Amino acid sequence: MSAELGHFALILALLIAAVQATLPLIGAQRNMPAWIAIANPTAYVQFFLTTLAFGCLIHVYLISDFSVVNVVQNSHTDKPILYKIAGSWGNHEGSLLLWVFILALFGAAVAAFGRNLPPAFKARVLSVQAMIALGFYAFILLTSNPFERIFPAPLNGQDLNPLLQDPGLAIHPPMLYLGYVGFSIAFSFAIAALIEGRVDAAWARWVRPWTLAAWIFLTGGITLGSWWAYYELGWGGWWFWDPVENASFMPWLAGTALLHSAVVVEKRDTLKGWTVLLAIIAFSMSLLGTFLVRSGVLTSVHAFATDPSRGVFILALLVFVIGGSLALFAWRGPQLKSTGLFQPISREGALLLNNLIMTTALAAVLLGTLYPLFIDVIGGAKISVGAPFFNAVFLPLMVPMIIAMAIGPFMNWKRGDILPALGRLRFTFLFALVAGAAAWSVETDGPFMGVIGIALAAWLGAGVIAEIYERIHLFRAPLSESIRRLGRIPRSTWGMSFAHFGLALAIAGMAGAGGWKVESIQTMKPGETVNVGGYEYTFEGAHEGQGPNYTILFGKFTVRKDGEIFTVMEAEKRNYPVARMPTTEAAIHTTLMGDLYAVIGDAEGDEGAYVTRIYYNPLVVWMWIGCIVMMFGGTLSMTDRRHRVGVPHKRQHASATSDPVSSTS
Amino acid sequence: MKRKHKRLTFVGIALLLLAAAAALILTAFEENIVFFFSPTDILAQKPTPDRRLRLGGLVEEGSVTKPKGGVITFRVTDTAQTVPVSYKGILPDLFREGQGIVAEGRYIKNVFVADEVLAKHDENYMPPEVAEAIKKSGQWQGKEKVKIK
Repeated sequence: MSAELGHFALILALLIAAVQATLPLIGAQRNMPAWIAIANPTAYVQFFLTTLAFGCLIHVYLISDFSVVNVVQNSHTDKPILYKIAGSWGNHEGSLLLWVFILALFGAAVAAFGRNLPPAFKARVLSVQAMIALGFYAFILLTSNPFERIFPAPLNGQDLNPLLQDPGLAIHPPMLYLGYVGFSIAFSFAIAALIEGRVDAAWARWVRPWTLAAWIFLTGGITLGSWWAYYELGWGGWWFWDPVENASFMPWLAGTALLHSAVVVEKRDTLKGWTVLLAIIAFSMSLLGTFLVRSGVLTSVHAFATDPSRGVFILALLVFVIGGSLALFAWRGPQLKSTGLFQPISREGALLLNNLIMTTALAAVLLGTLYPLFIDVIGGAKISVGAPFFNAVFLPLMVPMIIAMAIGPFMNWKRGDILPALGRLRFTFLFALVAGAAAWSVETDGPFMGVIGIALAAWLGAGVIAEIYERIHLFRAPLSESIRRLGRIPRSTWGMSFAHFGLALAIAGMAGAGGWKVESIQTMKPGETVNVGGYEYTFEGAHEGQGPNYTILFGKFTVRKDGEIFTVMEAEKRNYPVARMPTTEAAIHTTLMGDLYAVIGDAEGDEGAYVTRIYYNPLVVWMWIGCIVMMFGGTLSMTDRRHRVGVPHKRQHASATSDPVSSTS
Repeated sequence: MKRKHKRLTFVGIALLLLAAAAALILTAFEENIVFFFSPTDILAQKPTPDRRLRLGGLVEEGSVTKPKGGVITFRVTDTAQTVPVSYKGILPDLFREGQGIVAEGRYIKNVFVADEVLAKHDENYMPPEVAEAIKKSGQWQGKEKVKIK
């Protein structure tokens, strides 16, 4: 019954979304309060119905109902319960159901928490939200029904792709989707603002927490995916510039730019049209990511769909949403008048520079990702654009941005002075030089980019601390005064400091792991020893074991440093009999300075010898810590009182929001 | 500064960034675009060792040997032509004889020296490039992915 109930709930949700997409919007245009009032209840009902549908899908997975095609293709009775649940979204149909579920969740959240929003504006937001939902319900029901039955039902299923049977990957899709879909709110706010022809500080204050929430989840989702690739694929790498990774990274770049330009709209009432455009771009990138991953045009673990009708449907949806919103922007955008003026050297200028670099980087990644598809479509040669291209283009673009990131917070609004700011950063600069020199001296023939990366990370990290130091007048004012100032720093400012500091940590990790990775591939007999990155790995032989739904081959290594036993590591090679597919589980021993990383491969000869792959990955853990610190910063900023109050009242000491600005200087 | 001048400053910065990005992209494209070859293409065009390329096809049955020190050799075929491949490292989990793979590397002295071998899908899956290469060689059996229902 569950399957039919879920299917029915989805059809009802589509009908409700159709009501929500039209009546409140018409009500808002014609000023009819009764029609406007429909927005809230429809959002709640839609959320209830998708929750029901999604719950039904999880239920058929839990009871292993093999009369449902989706369960047959992605589950098995022997599978642990976590992966039975995760299996429901580890496939094309289920992941789309997750998509609309999260979309409806955000819609209901706006209905519930957006009490401060003017009713007509809120109605428009929810209508736009429902239009997006409508497209996806139609897509699911017409091309990708997760509740389809099969007769006769097979006795057992084909199991979930074993690569996906992993705790990190079980929560990766929901995280990522919370980020992707979260940008739909910023998009709906932007479209509603275009319809009303008005963007002001209050609008920016409403948009910011939603965008922050999406950004935090997206950061988390990308980090989880990257972490999974690091330990599960067994190549010692964490980012491959794979098109699917780029698909999640592009909305992140656009969303990060949006967060920064929304600050300018809020504080200085300018860059309005640009911010609205960024909101449209951020969600367009989310949709493009969904299209790239779900349409089957890419070759990847994520490419479940091979049915061309699905690709065409998503492409049509993509063209409609992006084309429609950009057309609306072209029509209404010029009405968004900005009042705040500012000098190029100013806080606004620094934030705009961030935006320019982020969007340029986004364009470069987009081009590299789509170019092979484009060449293929026009019938040219089959080509691929890999990591070397992206590294050569993306990394140089990031250098000026990181340099500016430390300077920007020292700038005043409206008009800043570059020289005093640089003066306050003199110790930061020295620290960066020392850190770069230290990195260079560790290994003088080390890579150039690694040294630059370490220096930049030091520059940014120390710059963040220098900014707090200046802000509280430490050692220039009495200590009690400094502590008082420290307590008065708003949460959103702490958020910025933490997010920037987290990025500094992450850059250090990327530079370390990217620059000084040591790799060693060899055949090892039991008792043999290799030295990798200053550690001696002795292969102790392999033995077999049994997991819940797989068999394991353990490869045991004793690691010694300077003759003393440092640790014992066990790398695994798992074999899933149902899916007839092996997976690799790298053995990883994490230290602050670097990860010890060992993988066991195939047997060689009869003497118990195995191919082994051993890495030393310096500073990798800094990357994961950095990402968590960034997310923490985002959370701090999101919970700032200003966003919770949300009402467009003017504060006395918010000098920047409302004062008249002269146009000359 | 006049309003117009300020705007011009930003337009200038934006153009400068775009020009820098364009220059980076063009040079990177020049060096880093990897073309896809089928075994037939390789034998017809004899690419020089200075270019990285991708080779796609099926791993020929019975062709996998492991001489020593983690080196693996095998032959990749599109059923019309065959190219020998050598690779040092751990093969992907799904590497099997008769299975479609994509190898990336260089063609040196009639051997494709791969530094990366990709075969990361479920067992019925064939990379689209490989399927197309086999179709082109005229040996395609018309076996599309089998669906239940």
